[in-house]
Amino acid sequence: MNLEAILEALLFVSSEPLKIERLKKVLPDRSTQEIRQTIKRLQQRYASSQHGIELVEVAGGYRLQTKPEMRAYIQALKQGPTFRLSRAALETLAIIAYWQPITKKEIESIKGVDVSSSLRTLLRLNLVKTAGRREGSRALLYKTTPYFLEVFGLKSLTDLPQIEEL
Amino acid sequence: MDPLQVKIEVYEGPLDLLLHLVKKNQVDIYDIPIALITEQYLEYLRFMKSLNIDLASEYLLMAATLVHIKSRMLLASPEDEEEDPRAEITQALLDYVKVKDMAHMLENQEILHRDVFVRHHIEEIVGEENFVFPTLFDLLDALKHIMEASKLTEAVTSTAESIKLEEKMAEIYDLLQKEQEILFDKLFLSARTKAEVVVTFVAILHLAKEGLIILYQTSPFAPIHLKLVTEPPKQRHLQVV
Repeated sequence: MNLEAILEALLFVSSEPLKIERLKKVLPDRSTQEIRQTIKRLQQRYASSQHGIELVEVAGGYRLQTKPEMRAYIQALKQGPTFRLSRAALETLAIIAYWQPITKKEIESIKGVDVSSSLRTLLRLNLVKTAGRREGSRALLYKTTPYFLEVFGLKSLTDLPQIEEL
Repeated sequence: MDPLQVKIEVYEGPLDLLLHLVKKNQVDIYDIPIALITEQYLEYLRFMKSLNIDLASEYLLMAATLVHIKSRMLLASPEDEEEDPRAEITQALLDYVKVKDMAHMLENQEILHRDVFVRHHIEEIVGEENFVFPTLFDLLDALKHIMEASKLTEAVTSTAESIKLEEKMAEIYDLLQKEQEILFDKLFLSARTKAEVVVTFVAILHLAKEGLIILYQTSPFAPIHLKLVTEPPKQRHLQVV
């Protein structure tokens, strides 16, 4: 069967970004290289203005999503946003994303204020998680989750937008 | 309960207030006029205290730091090669500006369920577009302006009891259901006493905190608007076994 068609179907039903290794398990007869090349072809196909969806690499895998220029139509269909990340939570998330792994105390020394409630929100939304303790101390470390990459459309942490003269 | 005793939780920290002052006075972050900024900082603290806003200890710590820097500046002789006493807060502010830039960049990413959509979704995280959200200090500025512009009577104790916070919240909420959007200043037009103004202000903050309304501006320092948050039906992910 046509590999493009198979991959399209797999991506269509997947609820999270599909990793190459995962696809390889479903398609043991196909080589990794073959799968990669076919994904590239699919990407090119969707890139045409005839398609409203695109195939992107995110969080170490691939997912089908609607093109950004379709957003107005989709929002009209879905009727309004639901959850808004507060400025405080977004700033706390930015600190964790760029300085991870980092302790709560360290976040607070940068932000200059208690971040308990922001941190709770981010943990609840699965955007951050704990990552052990700082060596030689009891302080918990926090880092971003793979879901964070999914939400912000990042391939990996190195894909984070860079700040000049950090 | 006396509505003036209601404590407001503050999410903004002392660095937000300092940045607000730096921007407002249009001063150079590398050369902060410490006397002026300290004075204004303390003025905000007094104003917030008069509104019974519960200030985190970090605010007082920063106040102490500013006063300390100010005294060191006064003592230092100009030919002193010593480190600038302001370096500590300048660095903290620069770091904080960096964090704000990072947050801004994250916000500008193509965000799932805001800009791009997938078939399955669990949690919706959406950022508002084309809006600027006023900080507490923008709101305090607006409030101060209202208090100064109108002739309010002091009569705090007698009227305070007659205006209930819950009633004011309900009143604003009802008004918004009719009008969808309303100018912040407009809500204070009918107020005759200081207590009424304060109750209205606290009611707005509470509605915003509970996520029933959002406060926004079309650009920084532009008039503040209130808008009702329309709650979409909760979407549940159905699992078919």
